[in-house]
Amino acid sequence: MSPTLTANKVQAGTTEARWIRRSLIGLALLFMFLFLVLPLAAVFTEALRKGLDAYLEALQEPDAWLAIRLTLIVASVAVPLNLVFGVAAWAIAKYEFKGKSLLTTLVDLPFSVSPVVAGLVYVLMFGAHGWFGPWLQANDIKIVFAVPGIILATLFVTFPFIARELIPLMQAQGSEEEQAAIVLGATGWQTFWRVTLPNIKWGLLYGVILCNARAMGEFGAVSVVSGHIRGQTNTMPLHVEILYNEYQSVAAFAVASLLALLALVTLAIKSFIEWRHAQEMQASAKTPPEQPAH
Amino acid sequence: MTSPRVMASYRLTFGASLIAALVNVFFGLLVAWVLVRYDFFGKKFVDALVDLPFALPTAVAGISLTALLAGNGWIGQYLEPWGIQLAFKPNGVVIALIFIGLPFVVRTVQPVLEDTEKELEEAATCLGATRWQTFSRVIFPSIAPALLTGFAMAFARAIGEYGSVIFIAGNMPMVSEITPLIIIGKLEQYDYAGATAVALVMLVISFMLLLVINALQTWQRRRSGASS
Repeated sequence: MSPTLTANKVQAGTTEARWIRRSLIGLALLFMFLFLVLPLAAVFTEALRKGLDAYLEALQEPDAWLAIRLTLIVASVAVPLNLVFGVAAWAIAKYEFKGKSLLTTLVDLPFSVSPVVAGLVYVLMFGAHGWFGPWLQANDIKIVFAVPGIILATLFVTFPFIARELIPLMQAQGSEEEQAAIVLGATGWQTFWRVTLPNIKWGLLYGVILCNARAMGEFGAVSVVSGHIRGQTNTMPLHVEILYNEYQSVAAFAVASLLALLALVTLAIKSFIEWRHAQEMQASAKTPPEQPAH
Repeated sequence: MTSPRVMASYRLTFGASLIAALVNVFFGLLVAWVLVRYDFFGKKFVDALVDLPFALPTAVAGISLTALLAGNGWIGQYLEPWGIQLAFKPNGVVIALIFIGLPFVVRTVQPVLEDTEKELEEAATCLGATRWQTFSRVIFPSIAPALLTGFAMAFARAIGEYGSVIFIAGNMPMVSEITPLIIIGKLEQYDYAGATAVALVMLVISFMLLLVINALQTWQRRRSGASS
């Protein structure tokens, strides 16, 4: 057997026959089409079923506006707070200590706990019959069935997104660069802004947009603590549910279409971040180590 | 916590989650495989689309899947003449759980598949293995831990899922009522003790699954560390 023949055979051996390749691609695309593309398309067609005017009218409902406003408020509080918590979790994970692996496991807890159970925990703690209930009532503070409860539930559910992006980054990068900066006389703050932040910025941004998408879209946990008071404690997903249960299909899908657009924007930004990150990796791989990229 | 209605909800929640996670293992591996190994038009777009269930609010997924599968929906109208009903039935629960679980499997398997070494496959071929033997003896063992991790994550997420399921399930007691909905129902009747008892069962299971996932990830790291 000549060497080229063997090479061809080996090449053929590390991929599949053309018809197998084609049918695998076809099957995967069919599955994606049925399960992902169709539901997405259905949201917009259902929203526009009675024409553009009915769609726009549904979005101008005062209750819809209040729901949009509340969702924006909740996300604008929950995301920055989780950004701080995420960076804190990441800073803690920089140090080696006993029980660290347990702590990093706990970060994932909100991912595996049912959102309904998470909401219930807040009702049990802050509800009228909860642990802190009597004290809260005595001081006239409302948490459950009010906006603070919605924010707390959202905080819990979206906590892992940023922390989880940052912790693996830290494990990959180590802390040599920070140590070098400190040795060269940088203050802790300078080190963070000039060394740490540029290293983690893409991971951070990635976590922030995923966190934001979930914060605006969370349903289960928020549903338990909100009390569904129209115009007061109704976020967009909850408003979708109310409209849907009242058989106002166009209105429900109109609000849902805004959330679907948010999801599409999130995916687009996410792809952009991945693309930029890959570019930067390539650029730094090309630059010889004597000449830093910046 | 052990009344017939609650027990029926456990059966539905765990049964549907298990089926959905198994379906996701199969199709998740397929999608990851196609994305890593083959080139085709629109691949970048498909890759981005995989994360849709992460980004799309569950309530939106729930109502749109229901609209698709209902008797007059795009898909439902073709299934109804065959006597297949998916919306407002336990089967609908499985469909919704497949939707939300897919990215977990794809995103855990994909990076591992990217890291598998071509040299091993070439060696296997040179030694006379067929492509299928190479897959089942060389490639599959190296991605098995990731596949299991993805399965456990999709399963854990499916058990707790609420938003997408309640719209499509029909929520008939004893038939299509999931456990998280039982908790909500008890809460609405101010049965805090009952709600807490059922929630505790779910919480214990979440904790156990979390520990299993953690152990699987450690195993996976060790395995990939040993091979490189």
